[in-house]
Amino acid sequence: MAQPEPLVVLDHVDKHFGALHVLKDVSLTVRRGEVVVVIGPSGSGKSTLCRTINRLETIESGTITVDGQPLPAEGKGLAKLRADVGMVFQSFNLFAHRTVLQNVTLGLRKVRKIGAGEAEERAMALLERVGVASQADKLPAQLSGGQQQRVAIARALAMEPKVMLFDEPTSALDPEMINEVLDVMTALAAEGMTMVVVTHEMGFARRAADRVVFMDGGAIVEEADPETFFTAPKSERARDFLSKILTH
Amino acid sequence: MDLFADNLPAYLSGFVVTLQLTALSGAFALVWGTVLAAMRVSPVATLRGIAVTYVELLRNTPLTLVFFFLVFVAPQFGVLPPLGFWTAVIALSAYTSAFVAEAVRSGINAVPLGQAEAARAIGLTFGQTLGLVVLPQAVRSVIPPLINVLIALTKNTSVAAGFAVVELLAAGRRIALANPSEAMLALAGVGVFYLIITIPAGLLAGVLERKVAFAR
Repeated sequence: MAQPEPLVVLDHVDKHFGALHVLKDVSLTVRRGEVVVVIGPSGSGKSTLCRTINRLETIESGTITVDGQPLPAEGKGLAKLRADVGMVFQSFNLFAHRTVLQNVTLGLRKVRKIGAGEAEERAMALLERVGVASQADKLPAQLSGGQQQRVAIARALAMEPKVMLFDEPTSALDPEMINEVLDVMTALAAEGMTMVVVTHEMGFARRAADRVVFMDGGAIVEEADPETFFTAPKSERARDFLSKILTH
Repeated sequence: MDLFADNLPAYLSGFVVTLQLTALSGAFALVWGTVLAAMRVSPVATLRGIAVTYVELLRNTPLTLVFFFLVFVAPQFGVLPPLGFWTAVIALSAYTSAFVAEAVRSGINAVPLGQAEAARAIGLTFGQTLGLVVLPQAVRSVIPPLINVLIALTKNTSVAAGFAVVELLAAGRRIALANPSEAMLALAGVGVFYLIITIPAGLLAGVLERKVAFAR
């Protein structure tokens, strides 16, 4: 059985924040259509890992390629690559001075150079899909956290990315809003989107992940399919981590 | 009060020159200062270095020295600035832009980093990120310090009086010299004309601040 081609490849990636070694010789391959969920304790480097893939964090050694192309240095080439890599942040980061609709159309207009009419049409279709079309003319601050995060997903999807990165997308949400965001993500995964998801939502990991990556202390400790990982983790640290979070 | 009635044309012509100096220098300083602020936050180290050096140099040099440099030193290096009015505009713009740059930079820094990250993440270039996402949000916090800078500029135009530009202060000084017994009054008149510019500027600041605050 032929496996799909690799889309995101991290090869021996290292990074320090001052004296702190945040990524230790990290190698990871994400194949087209695969959903990889990265879990681990706070400070394990999982968010940093996620942010290196579109170079919001630079790396010191190793290589990262997206769709066969090494990450370019700062400049037009990098901007072009970022347009193909969707990102959803913990704190939403919707453009505060623009309406919900404008948040989604901005990239279409300015990066993809699509005309106003078509951009709005496509943006409305996406807002419809994530269930916030009725809020299109409001400013982000007028929406609930869950709604804002769904707009942020629509904004990233508008660029028709090859891969979507989710950096703890539900960590800043009230509990009752977490599911509305996870539902959108689950649907996206089912449609075959390639996804790298950093999260603490173990339910989502079990339900939607093709593979779970467990990080601790800046290194990947264990990789497995969700069933194996959650029922029979190999490493002591993963067992310890799971025992702490799954007992609640 | 005959003093003012008799010398009104002289006052007014000085006032117009002051107004022109302020408006032109203010406009140039605003543009150049914003460019400098953009350079200071750019990913290119050389641009950051140039902007930092410029801002620190001009901000820490007395304005009179900047005038002296343009009028007396620059010609020795073969640079002949146009004399009088335009020399004053160049000196005032160069000096004020350093303060504008600092005001704009502090406004840029007040916009949460996540806004720029989100903009870059959808593929906007550095310039687009700044122009479409960061600066529009920085405007609100930049207006009050910018008005301060413009008020300071209005009063700084009086330095040009020492360099052959007959603006408000120079006009007032001439009137005072011609009417020695009423010299104090003549100079007080100068003060009043400055207030005609600076007080509305302060009021404008308040109005703009409220307007932009609502838009958010």
